[in-house]
Amino acid sequence: MSHQTNESSAGKSSLLAWFDERYPVSSTWNKHVGEYYAPKNFNFWYFFGSLALIVLVNQIVTGIWLTMSYQPTGADAFNSVEYIMRDVEWGWLLRYLHSTGASAFFIVIYLHMMRGFLYGSYKKPRELVWVIGMLLFLVLMGEAFMGYLLPWGQMSFWGAQVIISLFGAIPIIGPDLALWIRGDFVISEVTLNRFFALHVIALPLLLVILVFMHLVALHHVGSNNPDGVEIKKLKDSKGIPLDGIRFHPYYSVKDAMGAVFFFILFALVLFYAPEGGGFFIEAPNFEPANPLKTPEHIVPVWYFTPFYAILRAIPDKFLGVVAMGIAVVIIFAMPWLDRCKVKSIRYRGNSYKVLLSILVISFIVLGFLGTQPSTPLYTKLAQIFTALYFMFFLVLPFTSANEKTKPVPERVT
Amino acid sequence: MSTEDQKSTCENLTRRKVLTGATGVVGAVGGAFMLVPFISSWQPSEKAKAAGAPVNVDVSQLQSGQMVTVSWRGKPVWVVRRTPEMLKILSENVTELRDPDSSESIQPEYTKNSFRSVNDEYLVVVGICTHLGCAPLYRPAVGSPDMMEGWMGGFFCPCHGSRFDLAGRVAKSVPAPTNLEIPPYHFLSNNVIRVGEDPAEGGIA
Repeated sequence: MSHQTNESSAGKSSLLAWFDERYPVSSTWNKHVGEYYAPKNFNFWYFFGSLALIVLVNQIVTGIWLTMSYQPTGADAFNSVEYIMRDVEWGWLLRYLHSTGASAFFIVIYLHMMRGFLYGSYKKPRELVWVIGMLLFLVLMGEAFMGYLLPWGQMSFWGAQVIISLFGAIPIIGPDLALWIRGDFVISEVTLNRFFALHVIALPLLLVILVFMHLVALHHVGSNNPDGVEIKKLKDSKGIPLDGIRFHPYYSVKDAMGAVFFFILFALVLFYAPEGGGFFIEAPNFEPANPLKTPEHIVPVWYFTPFYAILRAIPDKFLGVVAMGIAVVIIFAMPWLDRCKVKSIRYRGNSYKVLLSILVISFIVLGFLGTQPSTPLYTKLAQIFTALYFMFFLVLPFTSANEKTKPVPERVT
Repeated sequence: MSTEDQKSTCENLTRRKVLTGATGVVGAVGGAFMLVPFISSWQPSEKAKAAGAPVNVDVSQLQSGQMVTVSWRGKPVWVVRRTPEMLKILSENVTELRDPDSSESIQPEYTKNSFRSVNDEYLVVVGICTHLGCAPLYRPAVGSPDMMEGWMGGFFCPCHGSRFDLAGRVAKSVPAPTNLEIPPYHFLSNNVIRVGEDPAEGGIA
């Protein structure tokens, strides 16, 4: 090894040098971890990105192991899940890690999105970080929906029946489209097989690619922060942002601490309430799918209920589907709907604070209503909060254009 | 480089662009055709289509007011033996219906009548809500205790609250857009109904 150049001898092993000549090991590490400068004022809300990554890894690893014992056939799907739960060594833990992980994924992602609303993380120059993130959210919803069919319980079957019938509401092509998605005249083993294929390979692959793009986009423009100040504006003589600190070790250690707290909460649910009180795994799903009998009260899993409540609130089949679709898609447009130059809620006017409060309350109330049977009172409430939900996105472009903001500091506080 | 050479270089470049463009277009067309097998493989298979064979229902044991469920093409099909009182209510309550004449709904031509049936006594209907495909509940009694006030007997969808009467006709201001679908069927004898086949294809109407 003595014949090698010693230009990189400063703390760099010869083995690493050998690799660096052939693959960008050090430069990739430095760009994304070692010398990635993040604002020094990250708070609680900044834990959820790394937590989402941890949950994704959990879902992929436990998912691969579940695939080893699961049978995607109409006759065996339900029984093979029971086989995993009762007969496979540690199968119950793998299954509950996966099912609890699915709900944890949505809790983490909703809080991660909330951070964006609080600190304007979708604003210039981070529009694409937001758009890619929203694509991730869409794919994640598809992934969760298809995964829920696989245990082949009553709620799996009828939940899928309702959601696929949504496509049937589209004029002209609708019925044929729904038939094409199902591959049969009703949900059957054919549907189960293709959902299995999509759930275990197609959508996870897409998720991983999009997560990669999400991070590349983020590291290209740099992280936002609770003050909404661009730290790249003020740099020292070496070109390092004055308010930036290296991701590693500063935030790798901080995120590890967040992960420990998350694992404690996760384990509490995993070991003491793996069904999440009927919200994470619904009671009718302990009965095998029966195509001739709908459960008395059919609801999607909790993370879909806000959008489901919007669907039910509209007394017209097609318009209900349209409203539900728009409720998701409109979030993509946030970078352009919000015209206020100030990013962080800390320095924004009261109009945004009021509007955001209304949005959050509407989302939570709709989420509750979506879990309840439809009564005249609840339907009326769902209509009111659906209107309030959409009001946020329709009013925001006007109020944000002339918002009375506070002065934004030069540097982070 | 002579002018002659320059000219030929230019021509070569143009030729290259044209050839590359043409290859791209042909390739795109070929790629589009390659999508056909992938998309078509999602259509119902021959096996799934063949499973749509007709089924016979023996109604000799069915009492007045009772309902029996059979499976046809994997869908629930209900056969209800209606009482004269039920038929009376059906002929009186038409103002609260969205599509009383079944003009927007799916049914064979020979059941497009006021009771939506071949024989007034028997309702044969696909038990799938026309909203989002749940199986509605059968609540035949007037004023069923778990139903809303003024319930006149019929079907109630627990998923999104759609209501249908005992002819499968949808109520106004519920999410379901049309009446319950009537499958093709006919009577093989007084007591046997064949579901999934039009009368012209065999048997008596």
